[in-house]
Amino acid sequence: MLSCAARLVRAQIQSKPTACWVVAARGYADIVDEATFTTSEYALHKLDEGPSQTVTVTRDDALKYYRQMQTIRRMETAAGNLYKSKVIRGFCHLYSGQEACAVGMEAALTPNDHVITAYRAHGWTYTRGVPPVNILAELTGRKSGVAKGKGGSMHMYGHNFYGGNGIVGAQVPLGAGIALALKYKGSNDVCVALYGDGAANQGQVFETYNIAKLWDLPCIFVCENNGYGMGTAVERASASTEYYTRGDYVPGLRADGMDVLAVREATRFAAEWCRSGKGPLLIEVATYRYHGHSMSDPGTSYRPREEIQEMRKTRDPITGLRERLISVNLATAEEMKQIDLDVRAEIDKAVEQAKADPELPVEEMYNDIFVDEPPFKVRGTNPFMYGMSK
Amino acid sequence: MAALQTLARRCSTSILKRHFSVSSPVAAQMTVRDALNTAMNEEMKRDESVFLLGEEVAEYDGAYKVSRGLWRKYGDKRVMDTPITEMGFAGIAVGSAMAGLKPICEFMTFNFSMQAIDQVINSAAKTYYMSAGKQTVPIVFRGPNGAAAGVAAQHSQCFAAWYGHCPGLKVVSPYSSEDAKGLLKSAIRDPNPVVCMENELMYGTVFEMSDEAMSEEFLVPIGKAKIEREGTHCTLVSHSKSVGLCLEAAQILEKENIFCEVINLRTIRPMDEETLINSVKKTNHLVTVEGGWPQFGVGAEIVAKVMESDAFDYLDAPVYRVTGADIPMPYAATLERATLPGTQDVVLTVKKSLHIQ
Repeated sequence: MLSCAARLVRAQIQSKPTACWVVAARGYADIVDEATFTTSEYALHKLDEGPSQTVTVTRDDALKYYRQMQTIRRMETAAGNLYKSKVIRGFCHLYSGQEACAVGMEAALTPNDHVITAYRAHGWTYTRGVPPVNILAELTGRKSGVAKGKGGSMHMYGHNFYGGNGIVGAQVPLGAGIALALKYKGSNDVCVALYGDGAANQGQVFETYNIAKLWDLPCIFVCENNGYGMGTAVERASASTEYYTRGDYVPGLRADGMDVLAVREATRFAAEWCRSGKGPLLIEVATYRYHGHSMSDPGTSYRPREEIQEMRKTRDPITGLRERLISVNLATAEEMKQIDLDVRAEIDKAVEQAKADPELPVEEMYNDIFVDEPPFKVRGTNPFMYGMSK
Repeated sequence: MAALQTLARRCSTSILKRHFSVSSPVAAQMTVRDALNTAMNEEMKRDESVFLLGEEVAEYDGAYKVSRGLWRKYGDKRVMDTPITEMGFAGIAVGSAMAGLKPICEFMTFNFSMQAIDQVINSAAKTYYMSAGKQTVPIVFRGPNGAAAGVAAQHSQCFAAWYGHCPGLKVVSPYSSEDAKGLLKSAIRDPNPVVCMENELMYGTVFEMSDEAMSEEFLVPIGKAKIEREGTHCTLVSHSKSVGLCLEAAQILEKENIFCEVINLRTIRPMDEETLINSVKKTNHLVTVEGGWPQFGVGAEIVAKVMESDAFDYLDAPVYRVTGADIPMPYAATLERATLPGTQDVVLTVKKSLHIQ
């Protein structure tokens, strides 16, 4: 019994993206500089028109997206293995399968735009500019981690990237607040606030839609619908699973989250919408996660293995892009294989460092309580032990 | 006899000297409400990124008129009325602080902050630590805290202990107009998240303001208590409205030649332990006074701090706590009065501490 979103993603197989034209020769000299594809339809809510189904991508961009998605995939796999060997502890929510969402959205944004997401954040931390080694080192709790090991999986921050948030739904009002600041400062930038199908029912999300619409905040709400809120399939949690309509008076659209170019096009549309002062927009990306909710969840007690296998086989975002690129001679199989090898080497090296680097010395645990504060005493675990907070 | 001598002294000075008639300058006076209003006005004037949001803060001039005139002066951009959605607007306020603004987020009372408390603690207080110093949250949460008059159980809770519990948060609790102005200004300028707990019943109370307090650069440092009244026999420590209670009790006790030292904490977190401990070493007796509930309260924390400090050896009696009664606040006037500590509670407890009948 496939979940609703899995069915949705599967349904989009019917209108599988096709190339508009194919170059017959296979030699390297015949590699093209750009190609055009057709995405599947976008469902629209309170929009007269939506993103274009005709998407053009340059060779350079396509290879960049490929490399980024592959990096996330390998990084998450490495994290899963580190978790199984108990080098990573606590929570670890893997993004494998959802790579096209982060990479596709980032492709339509600039580093001056702002992003906030929930706890399935490693992929976003990477696309926002944090090197994999610092992500992995944060997961292993070392001082070379992006938060010096003090945050862990769910609390990684970067430039114009506000985490990594552990409380389901709390990041959505925060995202609208960031958008408020952007508008207040007269900036042309937007904030993307992501949440999952589980968080989509949170009251504070609706409170945020209300204020964002009232105040015309440049906020793109993105529901990464992967079909399951932890172990609960969407149709068991939501009276309405049309998440792109849940913003009611906030216009919305649904895009195929397994197609990096569709995601990019949808984001481009949304960013232009927000930048032109029309207020917020909601994008639902229909996507899928291969692993369980977190590393404590095998992910197979509430969905059939066949479903996961089928997704991997027929809807994988990385395979999908690879096939497209080869089919129109945008890239050769050999050079993409080389990218695979490069990425593997980079991640392997990062893993070694993440395992070898030391943790913060214990005295430093008292730091970063307050900013701009002269050093002050902080109580330890017994009345005779104090640290100094700097 | 003494009066005659005084009269003679007065006559002689007036005969022997010529005075210029000089009227001493009348000290400025300000209500707590106006002090808070002035603080916000001055800080909004000084820094473009400071803004106020909350329910009824703009066009209504504030539910308790604390933000009177600010919307008229600064407009929609800087003073924003929000819908009645605490979790949403508190989260939005925190997000705006993360992105570089300096919001003042008003809760109509801190009772309603419970709906948004996750944003205050998990999104605001802990973020600087979790990000290892990368992400600051320069926000102020303010509003009336504790009991008012006849508003019953859901509208009368004191949140000093709850917010004071959390590392990463600063928590202030002004008593006088000077406290209110100086602490709120410090809170707004502080790049850390600060909870400023006011008191509705004090909004209309008039206090004298020194020249210094009237200046635009007047700040009261966060983390420093004030000795409101010096004494030798017993230390009374309190915050917010209860400071007034302690001062009244001290006056009553003075008539019986018992001289209390009254400490106004001003800041709940970080608490000024040093002032407390030095006072206890001087007086050897300590009574804490607060409006909130006893269990796990501000007084309980003070007792623990003193027990573990070297002031313990100076105590001649256990530290006692005067608190609100351990019940949800009743509505009926007599019952409400009996639920909140009065001067008689403080007087009785001081005497118990001093082993006086």
